[in-house]
Amino acid sequence: MISLEGVTYSYMPGINALDHIDLNIGAGELVAIVGENGAGKTTLVKHINGLLKPSEGRVTVCGLDSKAVTVASLARKVGLVFQNPDHQLFAETIEKELSFALVNFGLPPDEIKRRTEWAISEFELSQYAGRSPFMLSGGERKRLALASVLCYGPEVLILDEPTTGQDNRQKVRMASLLHKLNQQGKTVLVVTHDMEFVSDYIPRVVVMSHGRVIADGQSGDVLVRRDILERASLVPPQLAEISWELGLDPPSIRLDDVVARLAKLIGGAKA
Amino acid sequence: MVTRLAIIEVESLSYTYAESTQPSLIDINFKADSGEFIVISGPSGCGKTTFCRTINGLIPNSYGGKFSGRVVVDGLVTTERPVFELAQRVGLVFQNPENELFCTTVEREVAFGPENLALPREEIIMRVDEALDIVGISHLRDKSPDELSGGEQQKVAIAALLTMKPKVLVLDEPTANLDPMSAKSVLNVLVDLNSVGVTILLVEHRLEMVSHLADRCVIFDSGKIVLDGAPQNVLYSDTAANLGIGVPKAVLVAKALRQRPELERWMPLTPRDLLKLLRGDLR
Repeated sequence: MISLEGVTYSYMPGINALDHIDLNIGAGELVAIVGENGAGKTTLVKHINGLLKPSEGRVTVCGLDSKAVTVASLARKVGLVFQNPDHQLFAETIEKELSFALVNFGLPPDEIKRRTEWAISEFELSQYAGRSPFMLSGGERKRLALASVLCYGPEVLILDEPTTGQDNRQKVRMASLLHKLNQQGKTVLVVTHDMEFVSDYIPRVVVMSHGRVIADGQSGDVLVRRDILERASLVPPQLAEISWELGLDPPSIRLDDVVARLAKLIGGAKA
Repeated sequence: MVTRLAIIEVESLSYTYAESTQPSLIDINFKADSGEFIVISGPSGCGKTTFCRTINGLIPNSYGGKFSGRVVVDGLVTTERPVFELAQRVGLVFQNPENELFCTTVEREVAFGPENLALPREEIIMRVDEALDIVGISHLRDKSPDELSGGEQQKVAIAALLTMKPKVLVLDEPTANLDPMSAKSVLNVLVDLNSVGVTILLVEHRLEMVSHLADRCVIFDSGKIVLDGAPQNVLYSDTAANLGIGVPKAVLVAKALRQRPELERWMPLTPRDLLKLLRGDLR
């Protein structure tokens, strides 16, 4: 679905924001992209939706070479949800916000109505119907921004820091929504610093540092590697830290696993 | 035993915003002793932010609405005092520092408060130097706030408040938009300020980051305080589990292991606490 081959990009000569990136993401995968500020996460994402074209190498999304197509044609396939919803929302009412892209894509009115209504109910926004997006709370605005992107049905969805300022319950709901989209075959990329969210809900993680991919694999394997987390200035998941602190080998990011092994340890010592 | 004096007293406080029919705060009773570090949490929309705004008198003085009960800060009843006077007792830090910074340099930003109190020049210079130093941003004084990272901006916002010499700092999710390293360094600033006697009220969802720093945890739900006590007692309560707040993983691990009678009173908060007690148990 998404393939990067030897992708290099520099904003300024001599400094590579992306440095020979090779990355393959299959259709229907759910992947987290993590790394310190300035690691190249946003630059990478902008290559996937075609806003930036590689200085060297090749980016292919849904079979299209990003250099050969316009940003507008990729935008239909790749939806990007910003960290700050206020950078994205602009319409007078929630309905207009949700239907903006659909109208621009020239969809028939009854289809627009159907999708808008779906989004309002899916994201529990009906109590705000007819009101301005700026009347909503921060968390609700974030949900609306996501809804407005989902409405036009992109195949690839990229979310930048979807969990900031969200309480635990909303995080759980966000996770189940991402899994649901995933089951519908959408490819979902989440750019985040929230290592708890990644370790609890996202199966694959790509770690970036200084414009390179320094690790790529199952979250349970990558997020317990101290060397990798330190190089990327990442805060370890709590369960990884618990595993290290208690000397569990191999370390784990699964609660049931950590508990079962500790219970065994205690049991053994008592016997 | 050191006797502490109440610096904040909230009595039977209820509040409804002007444009709303539902109350946002319902019969809140709360007391903070001078020098306490209190973490406030609860689901979105539970009233945390509204509560913060009552402590420095923004509610009801600037917001209007229906206000009943009493908020007393350092002996001043908030409804009877102008905001500028309350601002010298309580500083309020918001989630997004971009929204509160407006001067061309960090130094001017930080000097803005004491300048408006018409303090003598030497006093202003002294307060600015001291505030920049405590927060650890003296090297940024000539920069424009726009050039700074989110974490640095948040420190500028805190330094600007410190020049008012507040006894209480109220922070409403100050690290929500920061990367983890910046968040940690902002939290370290709060710990330092608390150690020199500033009372801290910190609103935060990520309890694993802050609960071990706090003397007390207060949990709001639907406009009411539903839990108030030592972090251990709050986080190990059934109420906390049922509310779906972000209980630290160390607590979840310990809770699962606590079924054993000899571990019944065990209440670790961090991975390190977990180790200390397990070691004792393993020995």
